Amino acid sequence: MATPGNKLAFDGGWGYDPAPESTDHIDVKSRYGLFINGDFVKPEKGKYFDTINPATEDKLSRVAEASAVDVDKAVKAARAAYRGPWGRMKPAERSKYIYRIARIMQERACEFSVIESLDGGKPIRESRDVDIPLAAAHFFYYAGWADKLEYAFPGRTAKSLGVAGQIIPWNFPLLMASWKIAPALACGNTVVLKPAETTPLTAMKLAEVIADAGLPPGVVNIVTGAGAAGAAIVDHPGVDKVAFTGSTNIGRMIQKSLAGTNKRYTLELGGKAANIIFADAAIDQAVEGIVNGIFFNQGHVCCAGSRLFVQESVADEVIAKLKDRMETLIVGDPLDKNTDVGAINSTMQLDKIQSYLKIGQAEGGDMHQSSCTLPNKGYWCRPTIFTGVSQSSRVVQEEIFGPVLAIQTFRKYDEALTKANNTPYGLSGGIWTDKGSKIFNMTQKIRAGVVWANTFNKFDPTSPFGGYKESGVGREGGLHGLDAYVKLGVK
Amino acid sequence: MTVTAAKKSRRLPDLSRAPVVDEVGVNERVARFQSRSIKKSSKVEALKLILSMIDLTTLEGQDTPGKVQQLCQKAIHLHDSMPGLPHVAAICVYPTMVGVAKEALADHDIKIASVATAFPSGMSALKVKLDDARMAVKAGATEIDMVISRGNFLGGDYRYVFDEIVAVKEACGDAHLKVILETGELGTLDRVRKASMLAMSAGADFIKTSTGKIQPAATMQVTLTMLQAIRDHYRDTGRMVGMKPAGGISTSKLAIHYLVMLHETLGNAWMTPEWFRFGASSLANDVLMQLLKQSTGLYQSLDYFSKD
Repeated sequence: MATPGNKLAFDGGWGYDPAPESTDHIDVKSRYGLFINGDFVKPEKGKYFDTINPATEDKLSRVAEASAVDVDKAVKAARAAYRGPWGRMKPAERSKYIYRIARIMQERACEFSVIESLDGGKPIRESRDVDIPLAAAHFFYYAGWADKLEYAFPGRTAKSLGVAGQIIPWNFPLLMASWKIAPALACGNTVVLKPAETTPLTAMKLAEVIADAGLPPGVVNIVTGAGAAGAAIVDHPGVDKVAFTGSTNIGRMIQKSLAGTNKRYTLELGGKAANIIFADAAIDQAVEGIVNGIFFNQGHVCCAGSRLFVQESVADEVIAKLKDRMETLIVGDPLDKNTDVGAINSTMQLDKIQSYLKIGQAEGGDMHQSSCTLPNKGYWCRPTIFTGVSQSSRVVQEEIFGPVLAIQTFRKYDEALTKANNTPYGLSGGIWTDKGSKIFNMTQKIRAGVVWANTFNKFDPTSPFGGYKESGVGREGGLHGLDAYVKLGVK
Repeated sequence: MTVTAAKKSRRLPDLSRAPVVDEVGVNERVARFQSRSIKKSSKVEALKLILSMIDLTTLEGQDTPGKVQQLCQKAIHLHDSMPGLPHVAAICVYPTMVGVAKEALADHDIKIASVATAFPSGMSALKVKLDDARMAVKAGATEIDMVISRGNFLGGDYRYVFDEIVAVKEACGDAHLKVILETGELGTLDRVRKASMLAMSAGADFIKTSTGKIQPAATMQVTLTMLQAIRDHYRDTGRMVGMKPAGGISTSKLAIHYLVMLHETLGNAWMTPEWFRFGASSLANDVLMQLLKQSTGLYQSLDYFSKD
């Protein structure tokens, strides 16, 4: 009964019926203003833009496009709140508000996850099991620090900075908002946050939560818009600190415009993580780790394991198993509970990914995609791997930010290490081996902010996250994440 | 392949080079299977498939011919008031009950599986075990569920265990051989993987998790590890080996999770009673109850389903 080449067959036969999460219980308004000084207000210039569902291309809502005037209003509101109630508030009181945000977020978790999947295209399984619970966990975690800052920095005094201007990306909209807002508030700062242009909706819902939690007006301001609004935040003289997560190119521009100012900044930028599989690894679990590393959130992950290095003696086995596993990935409706890989976030991003697929093939790479059928409407990309590529290939060097994996092999430990570090990025990495000594040795030498051993893409609020080299400056999360939002002094 | 040729092709693999298994990773993968949402027609299809894969089992010292006859009736008539149901794959009994089952099942296409080889402990001499198996086959068993000598396996005497399986396989003749690893006594997934490799290379037609007499019996973690071993064996040799988790699978929901795992690990070719079985005694009624719920929208009282 063996099929030719002893291949496994996953198509046809028993399949899973659609199991879509209901959208009945969500409340998305047809239009959102800017959340400034505790209220949703109209943008000064009266401009709005559409936010769409990337899986269907249907319009979900319209959101305000903030101009420099609106940003100025937001920064002033933040400054007033900083000088006023929030700045004067006892730290333990501050922490109550942050806990309240976390609790309301948990109560509305279902609504948040559905909206996150609608607006961003990520599978409901991920927004439900990862994004939203982790976002709430960040608020819970930092709420606890608010009145314990002197223990975070023994022998030093820790004072708030003032107004934090925060710009976040579209890949983990609510989670990134939480990474930014929670530590800023815990340390006593006020905030002006700009969500990404393509994924503003959960930030608008977060604004509602913040209002419901009774935070004094102006403590958190959320302004929607595109690059110009972000630039207005970065350039505003009333901003004391800039926190940015996004592409390395924009990060460079921000760094340039901040040069010579007194503003502090943290940047969490791109990545091209090496995921290294040694021959002695638990291969079946390593294959899962590869899949999780690159296809999680359609590969829209700055710390994605987008460069795979497999030890030569197991390369054929790993690639064959990976191809089988890719056949079982369900690509489609992000709201379906069985979907593994959702929609590409935007048409711009899809164009970018597709251009890299062409580049990879032109470079001589051997492209393999899963055989899944894609929906007719919306933005989609099949899970893709490239073999036969090398360190000089652009698909190996550059961040694609999509479900595209570049695979190379290696023979010796040193070769893997050299190749892994031969990149301008340094955000994350992964090592798979059954040998503890190899883990300790390798993780010391990989120049990346986070290195996972026998797992990948694990996040926790207590663990710092950030990059080496062109992957960024500063750390978010954990104790280290507080450092970015305080001025330290001598006791 | 003739029996002798098949026997010659059997080689004890170098188990020191067996793949390692990472338990944390296995747990994560299992959690993914469990998060699949199986609804509507895919659920009905799954439930019927599960029924057809059940080895309806009674393995008690107090078993009587009467009980076995009743079990056989149940195997044939699962729930006749509901048309379109499949029958179970087999009934599974002790060797002394095989004759009773053969008579009761007459010419129905339901297999008769018998445990043998000093089940459940396997603590006896090889000769006794072979006689045990031969006796069951002679009485009409079409499938033999043997146990491996866990003591020898844990002691590292893989050769003994291998030779024993080869001998039992030969004693089985045309009957299918299921090799029970008794994973609850093996302790680690690494050993489960090794034992699976060993059993398959010795000629097992099926590998089976447990006797049901030791806790833990079947778990999804153990079953996944065995399915992955089956897949690798198939890749290497082209020979399909069946899988039978047994013990502890008593709800439809859990059984559906197993099917999802099978579906995403080995694919369609294994999704038949020929290649996958559930060793269970109380699963059938829960599946029947779920099937009725799917068609009527109501859960029926267990009193409406025959116990044996």
